Parts: sequence; structure tokens; C-alpha cells
Amino acid sequence: MKVERAPRIALRTVALAYLFVLLLVPVGLILFRTFENGIGAFWDQVTTPASISAMALTLEIVAIVVPLNVVFGIFVALALVRGRFRGRGFMQAIVDLPFAVSPVIVGVSLVLLWGVNGWFGGLAEVGIRVIFSLPGMVLATLFVTLPFVVREVEPVLHEIGDEQEQAAATLGANGWQTFWRITLPSIRWGLAYGVVLTVARALGEFGAVSVVSNGVSGQSETLTLLVANRFEDLNLFGSYAAATVLMGFALVALVLMTVFERRSTRA
Amino acid sequence: MIAAHGIHKHYGDFHALRDVSIEIPDGSLTALLGPSGSGKSTLLRVIAGLEAPDEGVIAIAGNDVTRLAPQGRGIGFVFQHYAAFKHMTVRDNVAFGLKIRKRPKAEIASRVDELLEIVGLAGYQGRYPSQLSGGQRQRMALARALAVEPRVLLLDEPFGALDAKVREDLRKWLRRLHDEVHVTTVLVTHDQEEAMDVADRIAVMNAGRIEQVGAPRDLYDAPATEFVMSFLGPTATLGGRLVRPHDLVLSRGPAEDAVPVTVERVVHLGFEVRVELRDGDDAQLSAQTTRAEAAALDVEAGQSLFVRAERPAVAA
Repeated sequence: MKVERAPRIALRTVALAYLFVLLLVPVGLILFRTFENGIGAFWDQVTTPASISAMALTLEIVAIVVPLNVVFGIFVALALVRGRFRGRGFMQAIVDLPFAVSPVIVGVSLVLLWGVNGWFGGLAEVGIRVIFSLPGMVLATLFVTLPFVVREVEPVLHEIGDEQEQAAATLGANGWQTFWRITLPSIRWGLAYGVVLTVARALGEFGAVSVVSNGVSGQSETLTLLVANRFEDLNLFGSYAAATVLMGFALVALVLMTVFERRSTRA
Repeated sequence: MIAAHGIHKHYGDFHALRDVSIEIPDGSLTALLGPSGSGKSTLLRVIAGLEAPDEGVIAIAGNDVTRLAPQGRGIGFVFQHYAAFKHMTVRDNVAFGLKIRKRPKAEIASRVDELLEIVGLAGYQGRYPSQLSGGQRQRMALARALAVEPRVLLLDEPFGALDAKVREDLRKWLRRLHDEVHVTTVLVTHDQEEAMDVADRIAVMNAGRIEQVGAPRDLYDAPATEFVMSFLGPTATLGGRLVRPHDLVLSRGPAEDAVPVTVERVVHLGFEVRVELRDGDDAQLSAQTTRAEAAALDVEAGQSLFVRAERPAVAA
């Protein structure tokens, strides 16, 4: 589409202004607030026991969620692309459910299911606590991050087709060998991209986790909860500092995302 | 020997193979020739074990392999679109089957080099498939299939994705390779010229059935059906019968069995001359003659001539 010079400049200005007001100003403001008292003050805020515990908990959740969703994601993507079974359309739709359902609803439904009065509430009586504890937060994060690996791996599987896998079979490779030597290396960049998206989403998850966690500082408080709790306690500076740490993690994920996306489109 | 007996295969409502039986002798290079949808690729994939037949038996070297996975059949398979392992170098592609078989490293290395020498890719060990041309990729795929010393080499339209010149070169090269290696080979193609050029036996397939099996020349000279006749070369209809255009003899005066025709157009194609005719029923046909014959008759458009078939034709 050919656009005249003046409208083109106007369009660009609007787009830039939009990004500036919506993205750069809030993020910049937080960074400014975080570092206006110097690096030392920031460092004090992010090395409190509560901060360190929140970071550790967040990373722990990520470390559990990512492998689970990688295995599940590859499995589902393979089933959706290669499988010939009834209910494929249903499965296709259900995978996107987490995109459509608000995380708060996910949290509430988890409480209904696993809470003391829920279907599986009996577990709490034998000492297995899900709600207000790590398993609940992991379940909530699993749910909201479920589609990413599936949706990134699926198109790659479509694109590579199954001829390479058939060739491997005629050369004597069994199913497992074919998966490790042919399928997995072929989808690696799509998978890596899916993993980064999963990590980014898991780091930032707030809605579902805030329902299933009681947010006890130093115990069941993730980084996002820490930001929110400090904000509510009017520890604004501490809140900004925690937010900056969270953004730091997200930034790393974003950089990796760009790298992987470029590789996956090139391969 | 590869033997297929009473093979049926359906894809939903589509009957891809209808009671197909064929025997492929050891050491032969057999072409499965037919139009698209004739079942030739399906038959090849059934032999390979990539598709399971609904009915029938496949035997390789006397063993029933019908229920055996492709891994256990001792086959090499070459795909139309190469199916190169894109994330592996040429060396690793060719070595794949040997690594799966856990052969010693030194043996694998020397075997890979030897095969790449045979297929003319020596020195390309470190390249990736994306750095090769189509013809080179297909030769790499052939080396990969041959590496495991298959009893049977199955080629599914191996030159179909290549341009005409490369296709012709590779065809000749495949024939030479087969003469050296002698592995029983089945080649699927829709190109009758390719089949005639490279194969020592041709099975012509149509609508899920085998129409005729034989040496290329026998099929051309003595086609069993009208389909085989028209698929293997150009045809003309004379007096309700199918004949080859080069078997039509033109004459100025009437002769036994000759039909009166009018010359519509004379096309000079180098050595040969195509004479386009129209008979008494207003039907068109072409005769193929040499330049000398055309000159002797002094053929030109508008002329009235007689035409007869030199050889017995197939009843249409």
C-alpha cells in the first residue's frame, strides 16, 4: 500500500505516541522510581528475605511448570498434527481455553476443586495441601501457560511433514529413535520459542495465583504477589524494586524470544 | 524376489489398489508406471510397509512381511521430495541407518565416504541439505538408502521434483548404478519415457489395477490393452483401431485396407515429419513419416492420400 508523505508521518507519530504513552511511560516511571534513591537502596529492597523467597518461589514454579508443559505440549501437538482420532476438533478448541478464560476464574475453579470443601478437598485432611500452597500455584500456572508450547510446535510439525520420520523408519529407526533423532531436532526452535513464552507467562502470572495463594510473605508469595502486597502495604519503593526484578527476568525472556523466533523462521 | 499377492487398499471410499498381484525378480529394475491416482505409489508404500494393505500378502525373499514394520523389511526407500534430514550434515544423513544399527565408528566413516564417492558427492560430507541442489539431495538420499545394504531399493518418483535436464542425467546415472550394485529396484513413475529408458521391466497400472507387466519393448510392441497402448506412446485411430502414428503408411493410390484421407497440415520436426490427416468420417489423425518418405510423396496440405496401418493394431 502506498501512502502519501504527510499521512505517513502522521500515522507514524500516532503509533509512536501510542506505544510511548502505553508502554514506555509506565515502565520508565517504575525504573525511575526504582533507581531514584540509587542502586544501594534498590539492592536493599530486593535482598530482603521476603524478596529472595519470592524470587525463589517464582523460579521454582517456573522450573516445575516448564518441563511439564513441554512434555504435554509436544505430546498434544503431535496428537493434533499426526493423530487421526475422534474429538480432534474438540481437543483443538480446548487447548486455547486458557487464552479465553480469565485467570481469576481459573483460580476460583481450582479452589472449588481442591479447596477444603471441594471435590478433592479430602486430600487436605490427609496432609496434602494444594490450595494456599505450592501445588495450587503450580496448577494455576500450568493452566494459564498450557497453550504456548502446543501452539508453537504445532505449525512446525505441519511444515516439516512426516516424510523425514518415514525415511527414518525405513532406515531402521524405531519410534523412540525417530522422535529423539528426527522429530525433536526438527522442532527445536519452535519448542524453544514456546518455552520462552511459557516462562514469560509463568513469571508474570498474577490472577490465578493470587486466588490460590494466601500470599504469606517469605512462604507462599511469588514475585507478582510481592509487588502487589508491597503496593497495598504502601511500601511503594519496595514494590517498584520487585517490579524491576520481574521486568529484568521478562527482558531476558524477551531477548531469547527474539533470538529463537528469528531462528525458527529461518530454519 | 518381491511378491505381492491379492493386495487391496482403500482410503475411505477410494479403492486405491484392487486385487494387485505382481512378482519382481531379484536384481531387476522394475518400473511401476501409471497416471496419478493409478495406485503405483500406494503399491510401493505397501511393499515398504509405510502403508498396510486391507487384504493380501507381501513377501520379500520368500518371507511374509505383510505385518512387519518398515524397520524390519530390509528396504531402502527414496522419496520424491528427498526427505533429507535437514538438521544433519550429508555425512550424518548417510550414516543414519548405520548409526541406528550401532556399527563401529570407523566402519561407518569409511562406508559413508565410499557411498558418497559412488553417488558423486565426495567432499560434500560437511554440507547441510539446504546447501545442495535438488539433484544432489536426491543422490544423497540414494546413498542414505543404500548405506544399510537393503535387499530392495524402492524409489517413489525420485526425479519428479527435478528439472528436465537433471532428471535425464540422474536417470542414466541410476541405470549405471543399478548395473554396478544389482540391488532389486522398484521405481515409481508417471513418465513413460523415464520408465522405458531406465527399467528392464515395466508394470503399467491404471485405476488400482496392473494392466500389463513386461519388458519395455514388449509392452510397446504388443500392448495387452488400449490403455497400455495409449499410455506408452502416441496413438492414432484408424478404422476404429488404435495404431502408432509411425506405423501409418501413406500412399498416393489405393492399397489393401487403405483408407482415403485428406492432408490438413504438414509439420516438419527435424528428422521426422508429422502429417495431420482427416478421414472420410471427418475424424483427425496424425501419421509420422521420415523426411525422405514425405519428400517422395510430395505431401502438401489439401492433398488426397490413402493411409493404412503397417502392423496389426490393438482393437479399440
